[in-house]
Amino acid sequence: MDFGPYLLLASLEGAVGASVLALTALGLSLVFGVMRVVNVAHGEFFMLGAVIAWFVASQIGGQPALGFVAALIIAPLVVGGLAIVADRLVLKRVAYNPEATIVATIGMLYIIQQAALMTYGPDARPVEPPFNSRIAIPWFEFGEEGFEIYYPWGLSTTSYKLFVIAAAVVMLLGIWALLSRSKLGLLMRATQLDRETARAFGIPVERVYSLVFGFGAGLAALAAVLIVPIQQAHYLMGGDPLLLSFIVVILGGLGSLRGTLVAALLIGMSDGIISVFFSPTLAKIIATMLVALVLVFRPQGLFGKKAL
Amino acid sequence: MSGAKKSLLLHLGLIAILFALGFLLPVYHQGNLARILVLATYAIGYNVLFGYTGLLSLGHAMFFSAGMYGLGLAMHHGGVPAVPAFVIGVIASALLSAAVAVLALRTLGVAFMIVTLMFAQAGFLTILYFGAWTRGDEGFVLPQAVREVAGLDLTDPMTRYMTALLLFSAALLVTARMMQMRFGNVLVAVRENEERTTMLGYDVFKHKFVAVVISGTLSGAAGAAYGLLFGYVGATFASVQYSIFPLLWVLLGGAGTTIGPLVGAFFTFYLIDYASSLTSAYMLIVGLVLVLLILFARAGIMGEVRKRWAGWLP
Repeated sequence: MDFGPYLLLASLEGAVGASVLALTALGLSLVFGVMRVVNVAHGEFFMLGAVIAWFVASQIGGQPALGFVAALIIAPLVVGGLAIVADRLVLKRVAYNPEATIVATIGMLYIIQQAALMTYGPDARPVEPPFNSRIAIPWFEFGEEGFEIYYPWGLSTTSYKLFVIAAAVVMLLGIWALLSRSKLGLLMRATQLDRETARAFGIPVERVYSLVFGFGAGLAALAAVLIVPIQQAHYLMGGDPLLLSFIVVILGGLGSLRGTLVAALLIGMSDGIISVFFSPTLAKIIATMLVALVLVFRPQGLFGKKAL
Repeated sequence: MSGAKKSLLLHLGLIAILFALGFLLPVYHQGNLARILVLATYAIGYNVLFGYTGLLSLGHAMFFSAGMYGLGLAMHHGGVPAVPAFVIGVIASALLSAAVAVLALRTLGVAFMIVTLMFAQAGFLTILYFGAWTRGDEGFVLPQAVREVAGLDLTDPMTRYMTALLLFSAALLVTARMMQMRFGNVLVAVRENEERTTMLGYDVFKHKFVAVVISGTLSGAAGAAYGLLFGYVGATFASVQYSIFPLLWVLLGGAGTTIGPLVGAFFTFYLIDYASSLTSAYMLIVGLVLVLLILFARAGIMGEVRKRWAGWLP
């Protein structure tokens, strides 16, 4: 394959990664923005979403679309509910102290991950996509016979991958509407802006916190359900999304949703593209070092205004 | 008796008991305790930063593995004998911790935790990336023939135990003494109130810098000793898990107490040893203990003992 088609293929893979990453990172960013805590267990909520999707899909059986749609509804709700319980049982009791919360969520990370190992087991299992037809993509060149369009071998995507991108865009728009147009979004933004004043105005801050924590975890689970037909469910799959979400949220500026989206696009695309052309490990080394240095020299992130 | 005398007696008594245990324990537990002593040295290093200075690092595995790989690579590829290789490991971790300190100390609180986590992750990935030399996840074994110092075979259980004890005792006595000196008091002052310490005229950055370097170097010494005594060098020791372990040991044993690191490492080791005989998901224990500690006993075992019965406990 020539460089052009190859780059297009890499960008398409990158776009799938970026859309899932945007949803996952948005969850982390919301939790940080509103509650000012870092949720290290975020990747495990992602993994839990994928594992539950597998359970639901294999329970329902029959038409793959049915199981997939059921998983799309059930997994985020279950994971969100679990996160709310965790918030009530643990985070609320440490009074959302930032450092205690990190240690507590590290504990949750191991509890969730190991519980998945005990119940779901060490195997990687796929979920069947609801539809999965191969779509060949045309490419053009100016050859000897002038402009021509042809289908290079290997340049193709699947209808499901395009669906993932579209679904992520729709969901992101939905979240934007929820945050900027609904009463709930207003409560969240008020809490984020000034917790004490929000409380003084009668906003049940602790309930908003629980809800946001559950919502953030639900978003991670939703992203996982979307990706699990492409990438199999495995109990250790939470590490990468956690690392990438951290990178995105920090580059985008902690708590800045717009920055998170821009950074997710940037990191998701470049991760996809760099991984195709260079070693994925090298791509990750560069990204983690970059993030550490951004935090050191520009703690407000590349796009954000608030310092950590 | 003054506090300083009491604490010296406590530490010497502990070392004497550990020395005696070397002869009394069956080989299996003697081997375990040797491991625990080396890991407790790592925990003592971590405690200097977390317990005394109040800086929570999530990346100490990079210092531990810098020591381990400094020694391991020098022995494996350079054919360097054990003692100089150990020195190389210690120097490697000292240099790394100085570099990390300069950068990471520009941040505070949560940002410090994330920066150290990210640096450690980059270090872990670097070890994987240079798999041709480090053999990545698989790691490499240091053969018995090269693991000897001045004619003493470090693979012999008794020699190994006593070497581990020597390392632990040195780390324990040095840090305990350090905390009685002015420098140690300033570290505690930084932990309690950084701004006030600055206002009193102390150079907070310099003290924190030295604390990171001491902490990282002790961790590196433990890593180098672990590689030397147990003959294996692998990327697992650079993974996030090995940054979480010292946090767990110190939290469980009691942050800011001198013998807490040993107590925490001891209980965690045997707890995990027991749990892994029941299930492959033994890390569940680590998660549960972390959550329970943070909820109910932030002071840890020795911290609670100090609070309830023995206020003089160092």
